Amino acid sequence: MQAIEVQQITKSYGDLKALDELTFSVASGELFGLIGPDGAGKTSLLRILATLIVPDKGSARIQQHDVVGDYKYLRNILGYMPGRFSLYQDLSIEENLAFFASVFGTSIADNYHLIQDIYVQLEPFRKRRAGALSGGMKQKLALCCALIHKPEVLLLDEPGTGVDPVSRKEFWDMLKRLKEWGITILVSTPNMDEAELCDRVGLLHKGKLLALDTPANIRNSYDKPLYEVRSQDMYRLIGDLRQMPGAYSCYAFGEYAHLTLLHPIDGAEITILQYLESRQHRDMEVRATRAGVEDCFIASTLDQ
Amino acid sequence: MRTVLYLVQKEFLQIFRNKTMLPLMLVMPIFQMLLLSFAANYEVKDLKMRIIDLDLSGASRALCSKFSASPNFKILASGFSAAEGMESIARDEIDILLQIPPHFERDLLREGHAGVALTLNAINATKAGLANGYAGGILRDFNAQYVSENPVLTATPPNGLIEVTYSNWYNPRLDYKTFMVPGILGEIVSLIICFLTALNIVREREMGTIEQLNVTPIRKWQFILGKFIPFWIISLFIMTLGLTIGKLVFDIPLLGSLWLVFGFTAAFMPCVLGLGFLISNFAETQQQAMFTAWFFILIFILMCGLFTPIESMPEWAQKADVLNPIAYFVQFMRMVLLKGANFQDVKGIFYPVLVYGIGVNALAIWTYRKQVA
Repeated sequence: MQAIEVQQITKSYGDLKALDELTFSVASGELFGLIGPDGAGKTSLLRILATLIVPDKGSARIQQHDVVGDYKYLRNILGYMPGRFSLYQDLSIEENLAFFASVFGTSIADNYHLIQDIYVQLEPFRKRRAGALSGGMKQKLALCCALIHKPEVLLLDEPGTGVDPVSRKEFWDMLKRLKEWGITILVSTPNMDEAELCDRVGLLHKGKLLALDTPANIRNSYDKPLYEVRSQDMYRLIGDLRQMPGAYSCYAFGEYAHLTLLHPIDGAEITILQYLESRQHRDMEVRATRAGVEDCFIASTLDQ
Repeated sequence: MRTVLYLVQKEFLQIFRNKTMLPLMLVMPIFQMLLLSFAANYEVKDLKMRIIDLDLSGASRALCSKFSASPNFKILASGFSAAEGMESIARDEIDILLQIPPHFERDLLREGHAGVALTLNAINATKAGLANGYAGGILRDFNAQYVSENPVLTATPPNGLIEVTYSNWYNPRLDYKTFMVPGILGEIVSLIICFLTALNIVREREMGTIEQLNVTPIRKWQFILGKFIPFWIISLFIMTLGLTIGKLVFDIPLLGSLWLVFGFTAAFMPCVLGLGFLISNFAETQQQAMFTAWFFILIFILMCGLFTPIESMPEWAQKADVLNPIAYFVQFMRMVLLKGANFQDVKGIFYPVLVYGIGVNALAIWTYRKQVA
């Protein structure tokens, strides 16, 4: 069964098309990642699914209910965590949680099992005001508040933004555990490395899906040879590699440059090294590597 | 209904936790009432006066001393040049110039009447009007006294010897505090409540919390009631505080029924509350809400009849005051507190306010949207 079905959704802000005839679906119980850079349309899509804005064209259904027509029903079964911290900063952790539980007609005790893992970390600070919490703690509290009414579908808008790597990892571990309760999760993120943590991902760029598959399939779809290269002068290196005969693309990737070749070449490493030597590079390193989701994303934006 | 209760509870929790707003809500009405009631005063003392006495007779001196004895006038200079007198008005040195012509006493005794000239500096029209009134009073007084002291004149009574005496009903000692306090109270409560409501809701929008509320099953009417009830209760509380100060500090008469006063306040508050609501629907930031609310409240205050009587405004302005909730409030408070009006007397104010409140809130609910296109 599909928990979320998006059919040709279009949303424009003036001349800017935030979402362009977007179609995809998320299976029940799936952890689906919507991956894309800032401005790709992630937040617009999540806000449409959260019944906060109405699409210009197309339709979306959550658990067989239309997000425009049945919004009243959907607000009972949706958990939404906006990208920006949106709880009451002047209320304490406990008060925020109790308030959101009560407006959903439930109590903290009723669904404590859902939030237990997260809440135990917050409990020592439960009298502290939400505004005085660290980024990671705020995020955990927001997740608790979005979960307290046992939603069937959870929509998370960039939960990793503004959170340290350790907290982010903990957060994803929690999402994995939530799957066990049968909650369908749609999470948006600009971090390509987080794609690996999802069951299935959609790569969103300028309101369109570039790819829609499991992270492994997306990686395997990368059909060109890829090498990671480094030298002393990284800035000059990227420029030089782009001009190398047979090069398809080159861009910075952490402390390496990722070089994609148009076609496989025998002994490519040697060829690259020789080319770089002729360009007076020193301390070079060349190694064949496997493509990640980010490589696929960049490649598909180049193909367009 | 339970959801509304939770919302109200949350609202009070936030209000009592706000270390800036809470004291402000209490201090502002007290401070404004004390300050404005003492400062906003129509009584003018020490009007600067110059006398040109060209007669220098017993009668003219008696008249001069009447003026100098009055607390309203302060005689700055005397002289014999009318031109000099006019010049000192031009230089804004004096407010009033009294000229007594030569043969003043002779004309009075021989012909039974004589004239003096009063020249008023009408740069400040209110002040000039008051000066004219005070001076007229002194001249009348002088007339009466002069006639009684000179039996010659009683034989030939001057025209129209009708003495006008008057008393100021509902405010016998013309105590301006009595007149101002109920009005200022209405103005303060309206101001606080309208601002609080508008800013509170826009703050939820600014902080993003309204979005979090919007994805909950809270219904539109529940959200609005959840905002409405706390501020309504606060308004009644400020009203009680204000009336207590009015009674204890200013000893304003509370002639009418207190139930009626509170009943009216309860019916009136939705007007300004709803206005705050309406403003918040069209403002994205607290700054926008603040300026919009200020725009309306300022007009309402200036036109509510507190500082200038509504009756002296042009007709279009009087008609426009139908939309001014504070005007109803000021009128009502004066009628009930000072005049002791009962419900029958004020139902012409009560019902419009009720309709106003329902209307503006209906408009606010109608323009409030949870789902944005």
